[in-house]
Amino acid sequence: MTTMTAQTTQVYSVFIKATPEQIWDAITKPEFTQKYFYGVPVRATSDAYDGGGSVAGSIVEFEPAHKLVHTWRALYDADMNAEDESRVTWEIEPQEGGYTKLTVVHDKLEGAPKTAESVAGGWSFVLSGLKTLLETGEPLAG
Amino acid sequence: MVTYDASVDDDHVFKALADPTRRHLLDRLFERDGRTLTELESELEMTRFGVMKHLRVLEDAGLVVTRRQGREKLHYLNPVPIRLVHDRWIDKYTEHRVAALANLKNELEDTA
Repeated sequence: MTTMTAQTTQVYSVFIKATPEQIWDAITKPEFTQKYFYGVPVRATSDAYDGGGSVAGSIVEFEPAHKLVHTWRALYDADMNAEDESRVTWEIEPQEGGYTKLTVVHDKLEGAPKTAESVAGGWSFVLSGLKTLLETGEPLAG
Repeated sequence: MVTYDASVDDDHVFKALADPTRRHLLDRLFERDGRTLTELESELEMTRFGVMKHLRVLEDAGLVVTRRQGREKLHYLNPVPIRLVHDRWIDKYTEHRVAALANLKNELEDTA
């Protein structure tokens, strides 16, 4: 069986039928993130990336509806908490036909192998859920 | 030109996956991500042009995403379209039935 070797730079991308502003709200406001981000209430402001006790980060870049860059420290697991901070970049690019491309890059994971492994499956789930929520108004079943 | 219609997206993903060379390329990226065309080409008995063509199909389907790092263009496996196909098709036909068949297949093949 092939197992996922946790990559130190991970790239995830999805096209969503929504405006850049809607996507920005969906990734920075707890009332949205709770519906697709493993129930975690995320509040991202220009001061901090507050993942409601599950994730904590400081803000590197904060450009509403364009780009959000923050550090990432997992608080939901003691081993991961002890690892080095990594970095998450959200890029929001409008496309034709009312679609917006959302790209998530999780990098600087060299000093956080457990985190790298943990988020490897997680981001696909999160982005699929985010797309479903914005396009249908409903969270993914299950 | 990529069309961002949902059903067309699915078509791109299924077509991209319906080729052994392209699945092989995805497996190589699954093992180690962020590779250059030159690296990928060196593992395949195929011309540079041929590998580029396959990567292009994978990119159009969203299964491969490229990022520039300095002068290099790095290729990353993007699993999100596969997740979307999973959520759209596998969940629909109830996962436990699929899991039961997968288990049966594993059991039969193990004892064979």
